[in-house]
Amino acid sequence: MSFEKFLFYMFAIILLGAAVMVVTRRNPVHSALFLVLVFFNMAGIWVLAEAEFLAIALVLVYVGAVMVLFLFVIMMLDIDLATVRAGFVRHLPLGVLVGAVMFMEMALVLGPKHFGLAKYAAPEPAPADYNNTAELGLSLFTQHLYALEIAAVILLVAMVAAISLTLRKRPQTKRQNVTEQHMVKKKDRLKIVKMAAEEKG
Amino acid sequence: MISLSEYLILGALLFVISVAGIFINRKNLIVLLMCIELMLLAVNINFVAFSHFLGDVTGQVFVFFILTVAAAEAAIGLAILIVLFRNRRTIDVDDLDTMKG
Repeated sequence: MSFEKFLFYMFAIILLGAAVMVVTRRNPVHSALFLVLVFFNMAGIWVLAEAEFLAIALVLVYVGAVMVLFLFVIMMLDIDLATVRAGFVRHLPLGVLVGAVMFMEMALVLGPKHFGLAKYAAPEPAPADYNNTAELGLSLFTQHLYALEIAAVILLVAMVAAISLTLRKRPQTKRQNVTEQHMVKKKDRLKIVKMAAEEKG
Repeated sequence: MISLSEYLILGALLFVISVAGIFINRKNLIVLLMCIELMLLAVNINFVAFSHFLGDVTGQVFVFFILTVAAAEAAIGLAILIVLFRNRRTIDVDDLDTMKG
């Protein structure tokens, strides 16, 4: 077994084990942390498949941003764990059954008979001066520029939606009204009192 | 050498685990969202593997866009979850039947 293959199987086994832990853990915080492990191992597998830029992007975007968001939400909400886990055992046989049937169907199609090395020979390893980021960027900014701009708009819309969904006004909080502060005139605040000068006693 | 079918079987296994997770975690919306993230990851590995074996970088461009959409989906999903918890004090999927769907 070559070193590459050993690495692939090590990443794959840890990844699948962590994925099982994600769906079976009682505590959502543990699930989120196992999901981080899944993303790290997937990044390793993507490096083996010569997709270096995406591997780094996966770690940065998912582990750095999305999973932190998940953990933030989990810790902010005060979830009753007992009610959350009720019905776990009841749905387990159905889930395993559907999963097993789906996997058998997919394995029949995706097995080595159709997608083995005989059908798809392993590509030559990329030369040392191959730059995955440059290659990806070239394709992204020429052929798929329009899609890239739509992706940017999607991110903007998601940001606006997330903020406007969770924004709320509490009546009891004291806050500044900036418009009112700017519109204020001298006569609203300043009062000149005319009075006779007093002599010093 | 690692064959294409090994990548595809790995993706299939990950997808199946997340489908089973959606079935068994019916009470917990947060874990359901995590299962959706796992599913998208299982799809992404197929794109990366085919891109590697066919020598075409377009597959990686697709993965890039899927990552973008998945991040947007996670942000909006978690925002909806927070609003839901604020109003109903629960994240149980079975309690969310006000629309009688």
